[in-house]
Amino acid sequence: MADVRNSGPMAVEIEDLTVAYQQQPVLWDVDLRIPRGVLMAIVGPNGAGKTTLIKAVLGLVRPLAGEVRIFGKPYKEQRQRVAYVPQRSSVDWDFPTTVLDVVMMGRYGQLGWFRRPGRRERRLAMAALEKLGMQAFAERQISQLSGGQQQRVFLARALVQDADVYLMDEPFQGVDATTERAIVTLLQELSRQKKTVVVVHHDLQSVPDYFHWVALLNVRAIASGPVDRVFTLDNLKKTYGGHLVWIEKEALAGSD
Amino acid sequence: MELLQTIGIVFGDYTLRTVLLGALILGGVSGVLGALALLRRQSLLGDTISHAALPGIAMAFLLSGSKSSLVLLSGAALSGWLATLFMLQVVRTSRIKDDTALGLVLSVFFGFGLVLLTFIQKRPDAAQAGLDKFLFGQAATLMAEDVTIMAWLSALVFVLVVLFWKELKVYLFDSGFAESLGFPTRWLDILLLSLLVITIVIGLQTVGVVLMSAMVVAPAAAARQWTHRLERMVLLAGLFGMFAGVSGSLTSSLVPRLPTGPTIVVVATIMVLCSLLFAPARGILWNRFRLKRQQKSIQVHIALLTLLDLAEHHRDYRHQHSLEVVRAVLPRTTHLSRTLKELEERGWITVPRKGFVALTARGVEVARRFRENQEVAG
Repeated sequence: MADVRNSGPMAVEIEDLTVAYQQQPVLWDVDLRIPRGVLMAIVGPNGAGKTTLIKAVLGLVRPLAGEVRIFGKPYKEQRQRVAYVPQRSSVDWDFPTTVLDVVMMGRYGQLGWFRRPGRRERRLAMAALEKLGMQAFAERQISQLSGGQQQRVFLARALVQDADVYLMDEPFQGVDATTERAIVTLLQELSRQKKTVVVVHHDLQSVPDYFHWVALLNVRAIASGPVDRVFTLDNLKKTYGGHLVWIEKEALAGSD
Repeated sequence: MELLQTIGIVFGDYTLRTVLLGALILGGVSGVLGALALLRRQSLLGDTISHAALPGIAMAFLLSGSKSSLVLLSGAALSGWLATLFMLQVVRTSRIKDDTALGLVLSVFFGFGLVLLTFIQKRPDAAQAGLDKFLFGQAATLMAEDVTIMAWLSALVFVLVVLFWKELKVYLFDSGFAESLGFPTRWLDILLLSLLVITIVIGLQTVGVVLMSAMVVAPAAAARQWTHRLERMVLLAGLFGMFAGVSGSLTSSLVPRLPTGPTIVVVATIMVLCSLLFAPARGILWNRFRLKRQQKSIQVHIALLTLLDLAEHHRDYRHQHSLEVVRAVLPRTTHLSRTLKELEERGWITVPRKGFVALTARGVEVARRFRENQEVAG
């Protein structure tokens, strides 16, 4: 495992990142190195800055200090290699448009200014929808989708971006069992293709099952690395403080 | 004969022809831009920009002493645009929320505009008369040159909307995603708002600062009811706007003492009301009808299942149940006679004698299949 990951620059390298909203620091001096090809969960309590971290990597929030590099270069030069899945609740699902239309938006970056999506974009979008079991919904109005279906549409949109790094903000939030399985399958497939996948995740229980790399975050970076080394009770206590949610002992590394 | 005469009057009359053409252009462009503004989810925006145009008109007159529409409308555009940028800046750099910022900018600019207007009107020279036509609009003052300017401006707006269609669409739906793709959403927003400023300026002379916001909101709100596609919504809003413009100005020309601008707005508002009521899928009547139908179908199915239970209890599918028993076992909210009639019409039950019902063979079959499906789903 380590062989591929240590060669060449890191997929994502975050150095001394500090972000504040109205004087209140959300991220404080965060260093995080995400090797190429890992399937990583970012976990931490509410308000730990998980979403902000992803947004800072994408240049959506301006940091007070620090630097982010994607494969050794600033994000601006590497946009086409990064795909983004925002939180489902961040958009108005009553927007007048269809599933296929939303998925094709994933190609807009590659198309650039003024060029319209055409047959090729349509084909790619249909293929992505098929991967998520959503091809029958292509012409469906997005306001008619269930929460899980909405999430799969967002994932399909990221898929057509055909990137090397995937940043996903809580894709498992409030989805049904079918969608959860579809997402897990997709994550594993991306991982097999040596893509780097970073997922903001809430359910500590499933971290060892779904991911092999983890970052623990609570304003500061507490720890990051392989799940079997880093996902320990000790680190979780440091991250969540006193109010650590109940978690099965077997799920933790080094508890046996 | 009468119709032909009317048409003859309309197209023979220079003033009316000008007004109609102006209203057509203004309706079309405000429908299209209004649809985009509506999806930006700030309905007060049109209101703010149009009110904020007033001080610009007064200032332009004070500085130039001219009353040509070109000069006055340039002033309107400039002050509407400054108000927009000011509003964006307030939201971006302070903790003031956008609705507060909109209200703030609206009242400050409009108040200042009224102060200037009053100051101008109190001056001794008589040259100032007529600026207040921009408050409620005065279509009759439209000249052919004005309509030409309106046409060029709306052509500019349309071309830019078509050119930046894809970018505006992704920005409106998911601005964070658009930004991550590398589209500068702040500039796209400024582009959209600038187009809205131009749109409002196009309508000021006809409809006025107070009512122009209705022209931006109404056709768009009506169009939203009829379609689920952005392209169609924008086109439809444009057509609705044109219709409101033309029919409003026609009506006001045929009925004496009816002002054009407000009549156009009233027509647009009636279109919104009709759309809210009658549009399929989103309309109020349609939803009520669908709910009723659903309610009826659920009641019918529950009644059928209950009858099957009852029959199984008697170990006899053809058992004749008295209506009192049926009424007692069905949910209290069931509309009994209507439900039983529906069951009979579908051939699922029979009425062997007065006051009794029994399942048919077909009814038993349907009920069983329905129960199985339910169990699978559960």
